[in-house]
Order: sequence, then C-alpha cells, then structure tokens
Amino acid sequence: MTAACAKRICLLMFLSLLVTACGKSTDDKQSPLFSGGDEKVTDSLVLRRGNGEEPQTLDPHRATGVPSANILRDLFEGLTTETAGGNIIPGAAHRWNISADGLTYTFYLDPLGHWSNGDPVTAQDFVFGLRRSVTPETASVYAGMLAPIKNATEILAGEKMPSALGVSALEEFTLQIHLTSPTAYFLGMLNHSATYPLHQVSLRAAKGSFSHPGQLVSNGAYQLTDWAVRSFIELKKNPYYRGADSVRIETVRFYVLPDQSTEIKLFRSGALDWTNDVPIGQYQWLLENMADELVLNPWMGSYFLGFNLSREPFRGNKALRLALALAVDRDLLTEKVTRFGEQPAYALVPPGSPDYTPQEPEWASWTQAERDIAALEYYAQAGYSEDKPLVVEFRYNTSENHKKVALAVSSMWRQKLGVQSHLINEEWKVFLQNRRHKVLTQVFRAGWISDYNDPVSFLDLLTNISGNNDFAYNNEDFNSLLLQASQERIPLRRRRLLQAAEAIMIADQPLVPLYTYVTKRLVSQRLGGWQHNVMDHHYSRYMYFNDKGSESKSESESGNSSAELTTEPAAEIVEKPPAEASSEGG
Amino acid sequence: MLNYSLRRLAWAFPTLLLLITVAFFMIRVAPGGPFDSEKNLPPEIQQNLNAKYHLDEPLVQQYFRYLGQILRFDFGPSFQYRDWTVNQLIARGFPVSLSIGALAMLLSFTLGVGIGTMAALRQNNVLDHGLMGFAMLGISIPNFVIAPLLILVISVYWGWLPSGGWEWNWRNMVLPVITLAMPITAYIARLMRGSMIEVLHSDFIRTARAKGLSEFTVIRRHAMKPALLPVISFMGPALAGLITGSVVIEKIFAIPGIGSFFVQGAMNRDYTLVMGVVIFYGALIILFNFLVDLIYAWLNPRIHYK
Repeated sequence: MTAACAKRICLLMFLSLLVTACGKSTDDKQSPLFSGGDEKVTDSLVLRRGNGEEPQTLDPHRATGVPSANILRDLFEGLTTETAGGNIIPGAAHRWNISADGLTYTFYLDPLGHWSNGDPVTAQDFVFGLRRSVTPETASVYAGMLAPIKNATEILAGEKMPSALGVSALEEFTLQIHLTSPTAYFLGMLNHSATYPLHQVSLRAAKGSFSHPGQLVSNGAYQLTDWAVRSFIELKKNPYYRGADSVRIETVRFYVLPDQSTEIKLFRSGALDWTNDVPIGQYQWLLENMADELVLNPWMGSYFLGFNLSREPFRGNKALRLALALAVDRDLLTEKVTRFGEQPAYALVPPGSPDYTPQEPEWASWTQAERDIAALEYYAQAGYSEDKPLVVEFRYNTSENHKKVALAVSSMWRQKLGVQSHLINEEWKVFLQNRRHKVLTQVFRAGWISDYNDPVSFLDLLTNISGNNDFAYNNEDFNSLLLQASQERIPLRRRRLLQAAEAIMIADQPLVPLYTYVTKRLVSQRLGGWQHNVMDHHYSRYMYFNDKGSESKSESESGNSSAELTTEPAAEIVEKPPAEASSEGG
Repeated sequence: MLNYSLRRLAWAFPTLLLLITVAFFMIRVAPGGPFDSEKNLPPEIQQNLNAKYHLDEPLVQQYFRYLGQILRFDFGPSFQYRDWTVNQLIARGFPVSLSIGALAMLLSFTLGVGIGTMAALRQNNVLDHGLMGFAMLGISIPNFVIAPLLILVISVYWGWLPSGGWEWNWRNMVLPVITLAMPITAYIARLMRGSMIEVLHSDFIRTARAKGLSEFTVIRRHAMKPALLPVISFMGPALAGLITGSVVIEKIFAIPGIGSFFVQGAMNRDYTLVMGVVIFYGALIILFNFLVDLIYAWLNPRIHYK
C-alpha cells in the first residue's frame, strides 16, 4: 500500500511536469543558451554580451536605464550616431545645415536608410517619433531632454497638441527642427533613444505589443528576433540597414545577468564574450588571473557626496563644507578602497567632455598634508573643535561599494577633524525619497552618469529649477551663467560661461566630488572592433571575431589613436582625449 | 468529503481577499514610488506617468479598480518590465520555476524518505549517525554556498554542465535542482527518521511483527503510511514555495523563474508585479494545504472530514 502511495505521489508530480513541458511550447519560445560546449552558441557569428538587469522596455521613447539603451543602440539609429570611439557622426541623416542663429536645423536623410521590413526611413518617421516622444500619453521618462525643441515643454504639460512640436518634414527625406534656444549639444542628443524614429504602420498594427519580437520594426543595424524574458534578447542583422555590408556579426545575444558573480563564471566557462561588469571584491584575483581580458576605462560619471544646504549644520556654513571636502584623501580612497582605477575627482564634471576643462579648486594641486592643515583651520572657523565636534548623519543606499566609501570617508573625517559621523544605510527608494524631501538628510551619497556628453548634463543638477537639486543649492550667479550658456551658440563663449559656473559652484562646495567612475568588464580576446569611450557606448555593428586572438586584437586597436587599451593595473589607466562631438555633417 | 471540500474552497475566497487587501495597502505604504530614480523626473512627466498607470486616483479607487481587474484574471501591466503584463511575466516564468521546483521536490522526497527510513531502521548505529550528520550538514550549508561550489567544480573546472542560463534541457536543470533539493532532502530525511522511529515503537507494529510478518513487509505495509504523515504536511507549503521559484537559485544560475519577482518587484515598487506574484503564491499555498488535508485523510484512516 505504501509503495502504491509513493507511486501515486510520484505520478502526480510527473504529471505536473508534463503539463509544464507541454504548456511552454505554446506560450514561450525559449531558445537554447549557455549550453556549455554547445556548437550553436560558440558559433563565431554569435556575439554574447552580458547586459545587467532585464531591460525595462524596448520601446525607444519609454526606455530608461543602461540595459535598454545598449540594445536600442543596436536596434535603432538616430539622426546622428557615434563612431566606435564615441565621436558623433552622421547617422540616419547624412548631412545637415544649421541656421545662423542656431535655432533651425535642417537634416537631409540618407536615402539608403531602410527599416528592417524594407520600407525607406523618411522624414515623416522622425516627425512621428519625436511627436510621440513628447506626447503626454506616451509617458516618456526622457522626454524632458527634448525641451530645447520648440513647444516640447508645453506639449509635455498638456498645454499644446503634439502636432505643434517644432519638427516638420519638408520633403520625403528632409527634416527641419526648430529650437527655442541654441543648444550646443543638440546633435549629440539626437543619438539618444528618445529621439529615434518609429515605423508608424507596424506600431499601429501591433497596438500595445509593438516592441515584441516579430512586431518591432527597427532602422538600425539589427532587428529583434527573440526575447526570453529575464534570460536573453536576441538580435539578428538587419539586411536592409544602410551599412549592412560592413556589419560582420550576424547575431547578438544580450543576456540578462544582474549578478556579477554569475556573469564572471559564465565568461570563464566560455559562454560569454563580453561582461557588463565585474564583482567589486575580485579586483586582485582578476588582475592576477584574467589581466588580458580585464578592461577598465574612465566613464562619464561622477561619484560625490552631497550636503543638504537647507538645514543645519551646512546651511550658510561654507567653511564647514570646505573642511570636510579638504579632509578626504581621494588618492587613498581610490587606491585602497574602490581599487578599480577610479580617478580622484575635485570637480563635478568628469574629464572627457568635448572642449571643456573641469574646474578644480586651487587646493586640488596641494598635497594631502597641506589640505589637512587647511581643513582643520576651516573646521575651527566653522565653530567646531575637538571639544565640540561635528555630529553628522551620513546616508547612503544599500551597496557594498557605498558602504566601503562611507566608512572610509567617515574615518578620515574622524581621524583628521574629530567628526562623529553616524552612517545610515537606507533601501534605495527610501534613500531617494529622503534626499528629495531634504528634511532628514545632512550628508548623502550621490552619483551622476551623463546621458549625453556635455558638461551641462552635470551642471544642470545644481540650478535652482532642477528637479535633481537635492542639495538645495541656490546661487544666483551660477544660475545666471548657466542660463546665458543655454542661449550662447559660440562654442568658446559657451565653454567659458560653463567653466565659470562650475568654478563658482565648486568654490561654494555644495558637494564633495570623490572620483570619476570607471567601466570595468571582461572582454574576450577574440573580439575586435570595439574601442574605449567615456560614454561606454559600444555598438555591436563595429565588432567582429578574430580567431587569431589577442595578437590581431591589438592590431585592430592600434589603428585608432584615440583609444587606449587599459588592461593594465588600475592606477595606470590613461585617459582618453576628449571626444569630438562637433558636427561632422554639413 | 465533498461538503468539506466545497467549504474549504469557499473559504479560499475571503482568505485571498484579505491577502489582496493587506498586500495592496502594505506595498503602497512603502516609501517611494515605481518611477523614482536617481534622475528625478520633471513634474509634468511624473504626472503623465501617474495618469497612465492610474496612480493619480485616490487609493481606495485604485483598490477597487484593482479588484475589478483581478475578477477578470488581469493582473495589469508591470511597472518595471513595461513591455509585459504581469500575466505574461508569470506565464513565462512559472513553467521554469515549476519544472525546477517539482523536480527538486521529487528528488528530495525520494531521497529523503529513503535516507530517513534507513536511518530509523539502524537507529543509533554508525549508518544512522552518518546519514543524520550528512542531513544536518545539508540543512546547515546555505544554497548560496553550495551553488557556487558546484558551478566552480562541475562547470568551470570540469566543463561537464553549463554554469548557468536556461533552456528546456536536462543539462541546464541538473545543478539548480541538486542545489535546491539538498536542504529539503536533509529536512525530509530528519522528519522521516523521527516519525518512523515513533511508528516502529507503536502497538500495531508490534502486532504485525507478532503475526510473523517479515521486517520488510512490516515497514512497507504498516509503518510507511503513518510515518509519511509529517512529511506530507511539510511538503504542502514546501512545494508551493519550491515551484514559485527561489531568488537565490535564480540569481546564481541565471534562471528566468518567478522567484526573483518577489524581491525585484518589492525593490522597484512594481506594485502590480508584487500583487500578482503574492496572489499567485497565496492561491498555491491555499491549494496545496487543501491537497495535503485530502492526502492526510487518505493516508490516515482515523481522519474523517465532514
């Protein structure tokens, strides 16, 4: 009887499995992946990229986050695009004219541009895309980027119809965009997913699910062929792409791998060619065992600490803010704590912005011992001493790295000044809410990674009208300089205005820049054609496999003087010269 | 029995309603919202997003709107994975979790019952101590330690099996199933040993032995059924837990099951996704507890449901 009972239970479970196995074929077409020694995935025409989290969406106008952006760059092409090294070059538009006042851009589309279904890419597709991006119902997170286009802000606020947007199709392949103010970074912005065109017919036919495989029609080098949720997204070469002949990788798979330890194991077992990241605790091991594959590169992102200037002890106390900024030994922090070649930072804007010099305070060139002496003086000037130490709350969001940085900085403050910091670890959304409310925060961790390569992306954080000004910083001179810069179209003058604004802000020290981010990943030595760039934009269409391995790879990279192969120890990272984002079109 | 079953099923509805209500308001009380990020949204964009997902309505209205959706078995669109509805996400993830979970439970049950019975028959013997020591180890070592060790040795060093990822193929299932099954096997073995020892000391077993039955027949015919009772009551909720996925296993082996939705959904304040998986999990728990009660009555002649 007992055996019969056990048999029945087993049978029940087998049945449930059978139901499962039958059920999956109808709904979910999951293709093989990561099958170790499987021939299919080691085929040299399949590029396997680790891509972090599951992308939120592949609707270019609703997309946010790096995982979506990486895939969308392969799927779509904006009016401009980038070289492998990150320079802005003509994309879907092969040339353009800019009016003398910098307010009207006329783009001439490449007549060879085609959608993945063979239809030509027309100016009307761009008009449709840009209008859709700012339509309130689209609920695009990045639509705010389009504010320089005439009437975009009013449409977003529901005050005008989308048809009022300053974008028009003059002819089939001629597009005109009117701006409200000359925007120096406008061409660079046209590479962002919020500006991508859309294929109207397929969008309307597919209704809500147009971004699914089989429905999504794209104009980039690749088309979407498979999407196994939380597993991988597969793209295949778009045969109608205007540059299809030069695209050498037939299939790209972006794997969803939020866990870096899992990713690194897959890479080691040969199931990945490119990782999104590496585990922060394994620097030494990677350096000793995988130095040839480890790639570190400066990134257009800043890691800093913010002060809440709307409450004590930082309100109106510049001396205290300076004391704390001076007492942080950034070299020690990056060499001993973060350890992945992060660059010590004294300015908010990271190096690498075109035609811009980040504005460091004078004391950035001092030795740390000199800074420590000055820190003590400012600390005393602020009204604090050994007997009356500063007691401050230091908030950061849950993360191993943030914790290490917070511990290191607070011990530097304690050792040098006697500051008593209470470290408060908060869950991400709680942390964001507290920062935004500016009621509880005193010192808080912050970081910023730019969406487009322009100093404004960083400096805009601190204007009085910015929604991201969690510092409650408000300096009229700073605001006014940024406003003037937004109206200025002569690059040299604009650069001076922006530099002056940053210098004013850094002198006020509403924040403490700590370091410039680096991208860190493992890349197969078989993979060539990619280059370092501060924006960390890597298009699969430039990549290729070279079975000769590292020898050929270095050949391919030495051909480009702007790229530096940085598999050397972190401290020896060489910064790439600023990318040229200026117009290369007409 | 039929009456009992109908009554139990009728009770399931208010239980689920309570679950939905508590979960709905709890997740809304959590600070922050689904669209918060380091880059704050301009107010007009925040407003557009709230309007699109009806977050601009009063909470009670949202609650009743949600209840209406649930009645149509529509869990709504996910806030985080915006190209998918919660129904689609569960439909794609559940078969994966179900396969891994059910296989792990099958393995655990078979091994656990076998090991437990063997240990009970050799009580306080070297075999008993050895097996129970092994079981204790299985319970104590967390799966986030076992999994990387297995991957390192079997996949990275020996290259026998894939180190992660998913396809409908036994090769991708072996390591996650073993990792998931180890602690459950150990737990079932200990449960089985305890209850088997207890049963073996009862009067009816003495009677069976007195009749001159062989030890094998005594175990198979008389001892196994009552000894399985605690294992079965443990298996109900455990199976519901296993087949709805494990966050740790899914993360380490990069498996697209639904376990991570519980954590990811809560972290991202993906209200609809959290609600969807909570209701789904709740319904499964209710169903499995009900099945356990039925199996109980079948295994134990002293239990009668009216």
